[in-house]
Parts: sequence; C-alpha cells; structure tokens
Amino acid sequence: MSLGNFLIMRHEMLLIVAALSVLIAEIFWDPDKKKSIILFSVLLFAVITIIGFLPSTEGSLFGGMYISSGTRVLMKNILNIGVLLVLIQSVTWLKKEENSGKINEYFLLIISTLIGMNFMISAGHFLIFYIGIELATIPIAALAAYDRYRNKSAEAGIKLILSSALSSGILLYGLSMIYGTTGSMYFGEVAKQFGNNSLQILGFIFFFSGMAFKISIVPFHLWTADVYEGSPVNITSYLSVISKGAALFILIIILFTVFPVIMATWQKTIFVTSILTMTIGNLFAIRQQNLKRFLAFSSISQAGYILLGLIGGNQLGMTSVIYYILVYIFSNLGAFGVVAAISNATGKENIDDYNGLYHTNPKLSLIMTLALFSLAGIPPVAGFFGKFFLFTAAAQKGYYLLVLIAVLNTIISLFYYLLVVKAMFIVKSENPIEKFRSDFPTRFALGICVAGIVINGFASIIFEAIRNLSFGV
Amino acid sequence: MDILSLFVVIPVLTITAILLLKDTKQVRMVSAFGMGLQLLMAASLVFLYLSARHAGNTDEMLFVKDHLWFKSLNIHYTVGVDGISVAMISLTSLVVFAGIFASWEVEFLRKEFFVSLILLATGVFGFFISIDLFTMFLFYELAVIPMYLLIGIWGTGPKEYSAMKLTLMLMGGSALLLVGLLGIYFNSSPDRSRLTFNILEISKIIIPLPAQRLFFPLTFIGFGVLGALFPFHTWSPDGHASAPTAVSMLHAGVLMKLGGYGAFRVAIFLMPQAAHELSWIFIILTSISVVYGAFGAIAQKDLKYINAYSSVSHCGLVLFAVLMMNQTAMNGAIIQMISHGLMTALFFALIGMLYGRTHTRMINEMGGLMKIIPFLSVCYVIAGLASLGLPGLSGFVAEMTIFVGAFQHPELFFRIVTVLVVSSIVITAVYILRVIAILLLGPTTNEHFEHLPDAKWFEKISVVTLIGSVAAIGLAPFWLSTMIGASLHPIIEKILALNPF
Repeated sequence: MSLGNFLIMRHEMLLIVAALSVLIAEIFWDPDKKKSIILFSVLLFAVITIIGFLPSTEGSLFGGMYISSGTRVLMKNILNIGVLLVLIQSVTWLKKEENSGKINEYFLLIISTLIGMNFMISAGHFLIFYIGIELATIPIAALAAYDRYRNKSAEAGIKLILSSALSSGILLYGLSMIYGTTGSMYFGEVAKQFGNNSLQILGFIFFFSGMAFKISIVPFHLWTADVYEGSPVNITSYLSVISKGAALFILIIILFTVFPVIMATWQKTIFVTSILTMTIGNLFAIRQQNLKRFLAFSSISQAGYILLGLIGGNQLGMTSVIYYILVYIFSNLGAFGVVAAISNATGKENIDDYNGLYHTNPKLSLIMTLALFSLAGIPPVAGFFGKFFLFTAAAQKGYYLLVLIAVLNTIISLFYYLLVVKAMFIVKSENPIEKFRSDFPTRFALGICVAGIVINGFASIIFEAIRNLSFGV
Repeated sequence: MDILSLFVVIPVLTITAILLLKDTKQVRMVSAFGMGLQLLMAASLVFLYLSARHAGNTDEMLFVKDHLWFKSLNIHYTVGVDGISVAMISLTSLVVFAGIFASWEVEFLRKEFFVSLILLATGVFGFFISIDLFTMFLFYELAVIPMYLLIGIWGTGPKEYSAMKLTLMLMGGSALLLVGLLGIYFNSSPDRSRLTFNILEISKIIIPLPAQRLFFPLTFIGFGVLGALFPFHTWSPDGHASAPTAVSMLHAGVLMKLGGYGAFRVAIFLMPQAAHELSWIFIILTSISVVYGAFGAIAQKDLKYINAYSSVSHCGLVLFAVLMMNQTAMNGAIIQMISHGLMTALFFALIGMLYGRTHTRMINEMGGLMKIIPFLSVCYVIAGLASLGLPGLSGFVAEMTIFVGAFQHPELFFRIVTVLVVSSIVITAVYILRVIAILLLGPTTNEHFEHLPDAKWFEKISVVTLIGSVAAIGLAPFWLSTMIGASLHPIIEKILALNPF
C-alpha cells in the first residue's frame, strides 16, 4: 500500500491505529493509573479529528470499492466531531468505580463502530457498504449492554442486536435482488443497469426498509425507545446522533448516486415515511416521563424532518441534510450532555425530577433550554436555520403540503420541549436537584455544544462550505 | 454601523449588560437607561426621516443597508424604513420604555425578567426594520418565544395553561407563515434564476395568480393569528389576562401590531390580486373579530379580560381596514395600530397598578376609587375615552379615518359590512363607561381600599409618557398621517394598478 493510497483512506487508517493503540496501551499501562488511559484516548481521538480536517486527496481504491470525495470526507469529519464530543462527555461516567475494568473496551468499541461508519460512507460497492454497516452496528450492541449487570442495559443490548440482525437480513435480501437484476454490486454499474423493473423496485424497498431500521424511521422505529432507555446515557447519545447521522449520510449518497432512475418511487416512499416518522415520533414523545425515552422519540421525529431534505433530490437538499445533522449533533449532544451530567451526579432521569432546576442549577437549565430550542427550531439558534433550509429544500421541489405538515409537527414538538422548559423554570419543587458543579470535561463538552448551537446558525460560511461539497441528482 | 441596526444592537447590549451585573438592584436602572436611549434613537430617527423626505428623497425605503448573508439562497440582512415602519418603531420604543417603568417592582428573578422583556423588544424592533423576509421571520419568531417564560414565570392565574396556549397558537401562525414565505420566495423570480426574499424586489414583479391564491391565505392567516383574527384570537384573552403588566402592555401594544403590519406589508403588498379576490372572506372574519370582541368585553368582569377582548376588537379593526385596500382606510389602519398600541399599553399599565394596590381585578369588587387614587383614576378615564374614540384623543382620528375609508369601497357588500362594524363604537362606549362607572365612581365598597397610595414616581413616568403620546396624536394627527400617507402612496398605486375597481 503506497503512501498515496494511505492518504486516500486516511480517516479509516488512523482510526484503526487508534483502536489498536488503545488496546495495546492497556497491556503496558500502570494498573494503578488506569484512569489516565481515558485522557490518553480522548487526546488521541482529538488529534485524529484535527488531522481529518487537513486537505484530503480524492480518489478510489480497490477497483472502485472504496471512494473518497470531498463530500464523504466532510461527512466523516462531522462524525468525528460528534464522536469527540461524546467521548469527552463520557469521561465522568467512565471514571466511576464500576466501569474501571472496562475502559479500554469502551474506546475500542466506539472507534470500531466509527471505522465501520467511515467505510460505509466511503463505499462504492454494496459489499463494502454492508461490511461497514455491520461493523458499525454490532459493537454498538455490546456498548448498549455496557452496564451488563443492569437488567435494562442487557435487555437493550439484546434488543438492539436482534432488531439489527433482522434489518440486516432485510437489507441483504434487497441487495441480493438488486444484484440479481443488475448483475453488479458496484454503485456505478447498478445505477446504469437500474430501471423500473418491479423486482428492482422491490429490491429497493427492502434496501430502504433495512436503512429505515438503522435511522429508526417509522414503522421501523419500535426498537428505539427501549434501547435508548436501557443503554447508559452516553451510549444513547451516541446512538441517537452518530449512528443515525452516519446512516442518513450514506442513505443520501446512495439515493442520489445509485437510484436516481427511480427517483419518483423513492420520493413517494419518503413522502409517506417522513410524515409518519415526524407525527408518530412527536405524538409519542408527549407522553414520556423518562428523559432518555423522551429524547428517543424526539430524535425519531428529527429523522422525519431530515427526510424532507432528501425528498427533492436537489443540491440544496443534500446541503441542508448535512448541515442539519451537524447542527443536530450539537443540539442533541447538548441536551444529552445535561441529562448525563445530572444523571451522573444524582441518578435522576425523569422530567419531574427537573422541577425547579433553574433555581439550583441555572447554567445547566439554560444550556438545556438552548439545546431544546435548537431542536425545536426556534431562532436565533442554529436549529432554526437548519429546519428552515430543510423546508426550503423540500419547497424548492414543490412539496408545500409536506412542508406544512412538517411545520405543524414542529409545533407539536415545541409543546413537549416546552414541558421540559416549564419543569425547569416554572414548576416549583419540594426537593429540587441540589446544586452541584460538574467536572471539567462535562463543562468543556457542553461549552462546545453551546458554541456550536449559537455559531452554526449565524456563520453562513459553514453552510456555504457544505454547499460547495454537495450535489444533487 | 447604520442607524437602523442600532435598534437591534442597543437592546442586545442592554441584555449583555444586565447579564453581567452582579447586583440585581441595578438591573432596572440599566434597562431603563437602555430603553431610554432607544427612545431617543427613535425620536432622532423620526427627525432624520422627516428631514430626508423634506430634502426630496423619494425612495420607497430610506436608510437601506444590505449585507449578503447566505449567498447560495440569496438571503440578505437588509434593513430599511418608510414612514410606516418609523411610526411603528416609535410606538415600540414608547411602549417598551413605559413597560420598564411599569415593572419597576418586579422582585422575583428580576434579572431574568428584564432580559426576557428586552429580548422580546429586540425581536419586535428587528421585525420592523427588516425588509428581507427571512430576517423578518427570524425576528418575528424571536419576539414570540420569550412570551412563554414571561407569562409562565411571572404571570398570574392559570399562567402555565395560558402561556402554552399562547405560544403554541402563535407558533402555529408562524408555521403557516413559513410556508407562505417559502411560496413567495420560490415565485419571486419569473424564471427562477434570481430568487429573493427582499420585499422591494419582489414587489416589482407580479407573483403568478395561482401561487397568490395559494399563499395569500397562508400568509394572511399566519400574520392574522398574531393580529387576533377570528377564530384564531382565543390565545389573546387568556394570554393577556395571565401575563404580568409589562408583558400585557408590550404584547397588546406592540406584538399584536406585528400581525397587522405583516399582513399589510407582506401579504397584501406582495400578493394584491389574491388579496382583492379573497378579501371578502377575511372581511367577514375581521368584522366578527371587531363586533364579537366588543360584545365579549361587555360580558367580562375581570379588567384584563375586558381589555383583552377590547384589543381583539380594535386589532380586528386594523385588519379590516387593511383589507379595504384604499388610501384612506389603510392610513386609518396604521394610525389605529399606533393609537391602539399606546392606549392599550396605558390600560394594561393602569390595570397592573390598580391590581398591585387592590389585589383584585374584578370590577364588582372595587368601587369609588376616584376619591382614593385620583391620579390613576383620571388616567384611566383618559384611556377609556381614547378607547371609545373621543375627539381630541388618538382613537378618534384612527377610527374616523378607517370608517370613512371603508365606506369609500365601491362594492355594496363592503359598505354594508362597514355599517355593521361601525356599531362596535357604540358597544365600546358601553363597556368602557360601565367600567368607569363601577370602578371609579360611586361609593367605596371595600374599607380596605380607603388608604391606598396614589401613583409613585416611576408609575407616573410610565403613564404620562403614554398619555402624552395619545394626546399628541389626537390633537395633531396630521404630521403622522402625512408621514404614513406618503409612504402608503406607492403601495396603493401598485394595488390599484393590479386591481382596477
């Protein structure tokens, strides 16, 4: 493998090196100072994230099975930022005594899934794509069961592995039909051979359903809430932001490059599923008491909004999807960061527990409010801009009805986000969560999230940079 | 830094200053200073505007500044004002200034209260200076959202319910509005080569009629929700009744005007043909607002509810007049917005002050207050007389102009409706005079009220500012109506060119 090739798949290679060094480090590390391995791993990952932003080489490897382009590198960088935030947020939790025996595993598993996602995003061939998606899924199941002595966590792991096995089966079935009718697994070849053959359409529907499981699009969302609730908070945030983002990234690439011929078909599919996803996600979120379940349903509905960017098949659509996921990473990780901080300090995870939070912990409440407003799309934070562009992208292709349904859905979502705001600011409580000061990593990660939420919107340069790398059908 | 952007920058700086303060006692001084500065800015803006017009500048918008923001979507940050926006900005700064003094005695979370209040004002100022639909929409939503906390935390009565209802309904309105704005945007260039959100540029082209028919109702209702258009007005009584004094003032006085202003500047100005075609539907709805609001006010016993319904009635009149689409009626609509803004802010300020003394807002529990607190009572009478349209005060000028203009409409249907709507004047007189009679005159019913203190200095500042403005408009309406009329002229020209009667 020459240096040029190495540079093309720089992201993956670096991650593999990182995963291995974390693994090897444990052997040589002083067992008494095991906790410092956390710092080592986080710093290592920070370096990788920064290297990821250096100018990249475009090109393809392995006879076109692996493709690297500006768009895909951008997507990987966005994921890297998200993972870095998740890692920083997990520091407090990892330092707990109960986790001291499995710190390396945490980093190893997280980085492995990220390697899988990177391969998935860079795929130019359905096999690589499939390997990537499996590598991205299976370690997450282990992570979901990280607190394996807690019943709920173990249950979450099993639920995740079973449902993703099912979805992978469906996905593979779809891929086999696509292979059977086109005679190739290369994206380029498939795109050329694809027609309106009904078996091919069926293959596409199976493929889409498989992806819908990963993104938790209704009606394939049923695993989401239980898994999110059972997993440790940091894993939940990883699942809801990074996994979902990566799956959406590759979905948009495949839809735009492999299946442009049957655009009319996938537009209808997305039209129906996005309405279902937004509405059902929102309606179920209203009734939730546990904040993790609450954010699970909220993230289901967010996926529904993101589908609006896919539907037009336009360049603006791709831009707005990538931009929205970037914004979503900061907003959702902001919300999860607060939940994690409070959960680590007090073990409380219910909305009622947050009553009167503003009077004891004003800063955390403000960050939570900012994050929730960003998720709801309230100006002047970034979520407003993100949603506006998603809706603009759909309206550009004339989907005004869909946009109207989506905006009305944001009103429903505003209702339940405001319920949390109400709990924190308005409702009085007999025994509110006591005043506490979270440690440096938590505050640092939350600070980055707030900066991201605020700056992303106003700085049009980010949006324009993403646009220059996006493409339409 | 251009003069218009300062209207957003000053509130933001004030908020920053408040947040940096350690001592909560200084918060209100800083707020008063910031908003006082804003009031001076507004006065100098009026002066600059009039002198620029006097010097022969006939551009549609003055002090235009344009910054490209999102290049690929051609979204700009564009500010500019004409006579109408100058008038609205002056109104806003007056009401906010008075509102700061009316909430001088807020104790609970004082810092947060003033931050939210000024944030709301920032949104309103930003809305009035924008001529780009995107920034306009951004500021519009920014103005709505602090309401939730303001009512939810500092309100009274069923505050959580009211706050949620108000926020969701107003956001529902902005949902319709967003679709309408996107529709305008994608029809803003005939060959889609240069789409724009700039109102002035869009007004130069004619949006295709089918698109107008689709997006006019969305935009108009979207703004209409905020302007208390029947049947979307139900947030208003609950919201106003639960809100703390300054918030009611700002909300009824200024925020509801966003609806009227937007309906006129965006919906009707950009889509005049559909507005003309569909005006009969909305005329019916607004007439219901006017008459039903007035009757609703008669039936209420709570002072704030009375005033909230009266606001529904008066704001309905604004939309009613705007839909008549002729120079006189529209002129009246703008004056009505200003007049109602000042008058209702005055009302809510006084109600807040009464409530702070008597701890009740039920009219039948009070009586004979004129003897005990003469200053506040006389002010209340003045506000009432302005509300029922007594000559010499602003309400008369506004309503007179509106009805004269509305009756000029060539179609019989519109004239008949006008006649029906005029009846609201009588109904208004009924509830205003009834309240004055029960509340202020007659014997004192409750002995606890006999030693109530009259207005304090900060309350006097608040009230006198507003009364002075109401009287100024009533006594010398011509400088205002000339300023508005000159700016209305090009708009009316465009409407008439497309809709020959």
